[in-house]
Amino acid sequence: MALNSVKMDIQNLTAYYGANRAIQEINLGILDRKVTAIIGPSGCGKSTLIRCLNRLHETNVKARVEGSVFLDGEDLYQLDATLVRRRVGMVFQRPNPFATMTIYNNVSAPLRFNRRVSREEMDATVLRSLKQAALWDEVKDRIDAPATSLSGGQQQRLCIARALAANPEVLLMDEPCSALDPIATAKIEELIAQLKKDYTLVIVTHNMQQAARVADYTAFLYLGKLIEFSPTEDLFERPKETLTESYITGRFG
Amino acid sequence: MTSANPFPAPSSGGRARVPKWGDRTFFAVTAAGAVGVVGLLIAFVVVLYWGAQPAIEMLGPSFLYTKTWNPSGEVYGILPFVAGTLITSFLALLIAIPLSLGAALFLTQHAPAWIRGPVGQVIELLAAIPSVIYGFWGLIVLVPIMRYTIEPNLWYYFGWTGLFSPLFLGLDVLSASVVLSIMTIPTITAISRDSIAAVPRSQKEAAISLGATDWEVSRHAVLPYARNGIVAGVTLGLGRALGETMAVALLIGGRNAIPANLFSQGQTITSLIATDFFEAANPTEVPALIEMGLFLLILTLVINLGARVVLSRFQAGRGVGVE
Amino acid sequence: MNFDRAVRRKLFSHGMTVLSGLAIVVILVPLASVIYTAVVLGSSSLSYGFFTQPLPVPCTPHLGVSCPTGGVAPALEGTLILIGLSSLFSVPLGVGAAIFSVEYGGERAGARIIGLVADVLSGVPSIVAGVFVYILILYYDPAIVFSTLSGSLALALIMVPIVTRTSEEALRTIPQSVREAALALGISRWKTSVRIVLVGALPGILTGILLSIARSAGEAAPLLLVLGNGCPHPFEGIYQEGCALSLWIYLGATSPDQNWIALAWGAALLLVALVLGLSLVTRLVLNRMARRWKGSE
Repeated sequence: MALNSVKMDIQNLTAYYGANRAIQEINLGILDRKVTAIIGPSGCGKSTLIRCLNRLHETNVKARVEGSVFLDGEDLYQLDATLVRRRVGMVFQRPNPFATMTIYNNVSAPLRFNRRVSREEMDATVLRSLKQAALWDEVKDRIDAPATSLSGGQQQRLCIARALAANPEVLLMDEPCSALDPIATAKIEELIAQLKKDYTLVIVTHNMQQAARVADYTAFLYLGKLIEFSPTEDLFERPKETLTESYITGRFG
Repeated sequence: MTSANPFPAPSSGGRARVPKWGDRTFFAVTAAGAVGVVGLLIAFVVVLYWGAQPAIEMLGPSFLYTKTWNPSGEVYGILPFVAGTLITSFLALLIAIPLSLGAALFLTQHAPAWIRGPVGQVIELLAAIPSVIYGFWGLIVLVPIMRYTIEPNLWYYFGWTGLFSPLFLGLDVLSASVVLSIMTIPTITAISRDSIAAVPRSQKEAAISLGATDWEVSRHAVLPYARNGIVAGVTLGLGRALGETMAVALLIGGRNAIPANLFSQGQTITSLIATDFFEAANPTEVPALIEMGLFLLILTLVINLGARVVLSRFQAGRGVGVE
Repeated sequence: MNFDRAVRRKLFSHGMTVLSGLAIVVILVPLASVIYTAVVLGSSSLSYGFFTQPLPVPCTPHLGVSCPTGGVAPALEGTLILIGLSSLFSVPLGVGAAIFSVEYGGERAGARIIGLVADVLSGVPSIVAGVFVYILILYYDPAIVFSTLSGSLALALIMVPIVTRTSEEALRTIPQSVREAALALGISRWKTSVRIVLVGALPGILTGILLSIARSAGEAAPLLLVLGNGCPHPFEGIYQEGCALSLWIYLGATSPDQNWIALAWGAALLLVALVLGLSLVTRLVLNRMARRWKGSE
């Protein structure tokens, strides 16, 4: 994969909740193995946008989507949704490990449910994923403990490990740190810096400083429209739109 | 961290590996279940109507106002049994409501926490005891008590009301009603408890701060607020009472006529069907019995539906309170 | 004057409190009496033979002639077979409908209709279920109208609403975040519903099934109509007349013969123990299981 190629090409994406249009004609190119942040005030549609990228938005009863999202040239909306989600993983705002499962079973869940794998393969994948999520050292002695015995920050890293075990090409993160304390947040931001070597990351955040810290590219959304999309440094230091400038200087949102 | 993944992501060639039929079959199977359950309700009415057809055609509206039930003469009237059903059910409610409300109030307002749970559970156990066992117990325990102790006294002191007669058999409308009330109390108590517990504390505190006694708080602040839920609970209890069969059949005395007073023998719709269906000799009797069943079915459906609608509206409106 | 009134109001309030406490006592008296009666009158019948022997010839002891005691084996057997069959019919239907309502209905009207229908169905008098089965089977094949099969169909009709409602409630307690987590991992819709959501809701669903079994084990009215009163022993197959504890208690209670009445009390004790035991088991064991599974959620 050549450097700076487009991994996910979003074209004319419009999404509705019933009669409510949440995002409107978004055109955006997510670059391979880079971190792209989506920022904007509450209600601007950033969650809706990211949920369209793994086709989770349409699981809502009143949802409707128009437009296309291309992953390596294939329109995700023409493929089977379940398969799409195996290539585009997601971590949610509130950590949601499977409460009835152990740590091991949580991480191995995508393997157990989606494929037939041998015990050795499963062990190796769980080990790799937990290391990638920087959680291995903390849980290696209690890998069969219930997932709920972990702290909030650990649970979120568990969810990241679980998402990684599914071997996605793209990892979506919907405000992954908003339910966490600053220390846990810092750990996850460190993680993001490591993960982008192997995965394409898209992160929704309401925290501009976080976007400035971790993202290579940043997209600013306002009232469902894409206002500006540039390399992070450019967007924050030399914003092209007045709206962008107003937002990042804190005049609203 | 090397980029050489031992498990490369499945390319689009793996598309076929997610069988869509898994999702489709699942949807079809569960939808079938849903259709089945809804269809069951419709089927009940349709099938019973169909089975009652011969009687409906033969009798027409006379079924509803004829006072006699005579299979050999092919005279079929629902009136005696409607009377029996209504008298026993309403009498049962008359006994059950004060007791249930009292219990519900005590459990929610006055009982210490360690009593509340267990006693509530025990009252619900009352509902678990099968009807036939209540009937059997009624025969052995209640009927003698009624016949030798309670009914003579009722006649002696209250005979002037015309509700009682000098003939006490114990196997009569009154005994059936008493057992019926025992069986409906758990339902009414449980729903009343929930309704009363849902009254926001602010309502009670307002009354208390005005100097009301416990009883006045209950009467003026709590019960009115919980009224809709309680009414729904009573209605559901009524629905249950209307449908009770075994205990009533064992205790009501099996006489196919409108009861003259509370010591008369009678028959309810359910007890008639229970006792006569299996041995119905005359070919016209069975459809007539089915028509009785259809009448009862529609009656209980309407009552239940009404109670559920009121209950759901009450529960929806609850969130409006301050608490 | 004012003081007087205040005292009176207080006294009245205390009086009402006492009355409401009395209400509880009054309510509990019949329960205690029923259980006491069943234990006292029924325990003398309990023996090994009680569980294994067939019904005796009805007779009342008189001069010099003692009566065979017999047992209730066919009735017990019949109840167990009926429970098994009716569960077989009702559980898939009820759980299936509940799954559909929660997983596909969501907030839509469809979901609420299923719940409402289940509630309304639970109010249908049990004897009407017997009439329903009678009409249907009579039309389909008159020879098997009075049979264990008919009885189990009638009981299944009584169980379906309970299973549906309790399963639906159990499934609804699983938060949406669990489903989203699974779907986001690329787990297919049906696997999410069955292997993750359903498994999580299992304690609640099992509770509902056990409760409905307890209810149907006690039902006699529909069986009066479609089970026949032969009580054959040994079991002749589901297309033949059958027997059940609840039905037989009714026959025994109305019989003039002493040995049958005595046996009926034994059967009553057995049935009460069975029903109350099931109710207690569901409340204690499964509630504890459910709490353990929920974790820190």
